[in-house]
Amino acid sequence: MTPDEIAAVFRAEYGRAVAVLVRALGDIDLAEDAVAEAFATALRRWPEGGAPPSPAGWIITTARNRAVDHLRRESSRPHKHGEAAILHGPAEPAEEGAVPDDRLRLLFTCCHPALAPGAQVALTLRLLGGLSTPEIARAFLVPEATMAQRIVRAKTKIRDARIPYRVPHESDLPERLGGVLAVLYLVFNEGYVATSGAELGRPDLCAEAIRLARALVELMPDEPEAAGLLALMLLTEARRPARTDPDGALVRLTDQDRSRWDADRVAEGRDIVRACLRRNRPGRYQLLAAINAAHTDPVTDWPQVLALYDRLVQLDPSPVVALNRAVAVAEIDGPAAALRLVDSLHLPGYYLQHAIRADLLDRLGRAAEARDAFDTAAGLTRNQRESAYLAARRDALTPPSG
Amino acid sequence: MPQYLLSIYQPDGGVPDAATMARIRADLDRLNEQLRETGSWVFTGGLTAPGSATVVRADGMVTDGPYVEGKEYVGGIWVITAPDLDAALAWGRKAATATTLPIEIRPFQDVAR
Repeated sequence: MTPDEIAAVFRAEYGRAVAVLVRALGDIDLAEDAVAEAFATALRRWPEGGAPPSPAGWIITTARNRAVDHLRRESSRPHKHGEAAILHGPAEPAEEGAVPDDRLRLLFTCCHPALAPGAQVALTLRLLGGLSTPEIARAFLVPEATMAQRIVRAKTKIRDARIPYRVPHESDLPERLGGVLAVLYLVFNEGYVATSGAELGRPDLCAEAIRLARALVELMPDEPEAAGLLALMLLTEARRPARTDPDGALVRLTDQDRSRWDADRVAEGRDIVRACLRRNRPGRYQLLAAINAAHTDPVTDWPQVLALYDRLVQLDPSPVVALNRAVAVAEIDGPAAALRLVDSLHLPGYYLQHAIRADLLDRLGRAAEARDAFDTAAGLTRNQRESAYLAARRDALTPPSG
Repeated sequence: MPQYLLSIYQPDGGVPDAATMARIRADLDRLNEQLRETGSWVFTGGLTAPGSATVVRADGMVTDGPYVEGKEYVGGIWVITAPDLDAALAWGRKAATATTLPIEIRPFQDVAR
């Protein structure tokens, strides 16, 4: 097995291994250390000796043994609970059956509302995604020391306040699941359009969010919103190859070369949306997924998109949703009607409001106002690809006569 | 069993009218009863206004309190036992509903550690 293949095992199995070990040990740091040690051993042994028949099982067993050794060596350290669990647990744990539940437990612990939102995202990426602290710090453009401190503080709070390691009770589940979905969507969005920087997005964060959402759907197949979020991510991510031209410049949806879309992701996303429609328990993410599915039809059915937005507005009456709805209104009732809607929204500092406004003004032939709006929008985004796109749109406006 | 401190954060100044206060007191009595019935109750008490506080220091200096001046102050506390934070938060929510005020939930250090 090559180091690259071992790295792939790491990506796929790290979260499972940490989750099992956290349950066995009752200590996150100890679990992380043990799993890291097991992978370090694998890196030494597998390239020559070959991988064991079940690499994931080997990692968990090795990590567990390392943790036991560690606890025996440092018996003065306060892990009595973990030691008891590990020493008195079944000799051959039924890993296959228990693993999915452990990952789910850990996800709910990481996304506990008692933790700061930024810490929830960071912990999820770290403990379930296996991303290192420097990687997470880079993704969210904060200094490494700041991110390290954020993670340490969150882990300390989990321990000291006894944030439980379990799937919440039925009565709390809808609310808590909402928090988990929000964290995964946040990770995805940061990957799709980075808050700032020279690159449009961070594909690795999108891939990680999709992987975790897929795991969540596998673990909670009866939750249509989890499926809806997965479909939304797949349909959005499918368009990534067509979103930028060969020079890296942004290409808007209507101008995209559809042959460059990822056909497998489109098909999977559309299948999930159809299954959600059959289930008929709509929610925010399912509606957003359905809207994105409509955009993958050969010709976008704008009245259907508007109908979906109307339902979404009922569930989520936020100005951001109303802004996106206005784009659909422009296709049906024309840019003047859409502009009235856009101008009625209060979204201070939100560049998309100005970008959409600029586009509508352009379509109405109000070039001078459109120019100002494109400038305002470009001044509000810190993503260089987006500001370049906005500047190009402004420069393409009909020059003022005279 | 882990213990948690529940603090009531009260705005400085006005007190609700008599009818509201009576309802709050009745709700608090019910909550304390529940805490006792479930074996979660350790201690509870309401505090007088912060103007009655006094600060003493290691050097013997005594000053008129409170130590921290603020727009809100701790108006009362509970000490409860709960198996984990979710259970403590559930009590905290009940306390917030009864008092109509924000409740801070803070774990005590684990004496076994």
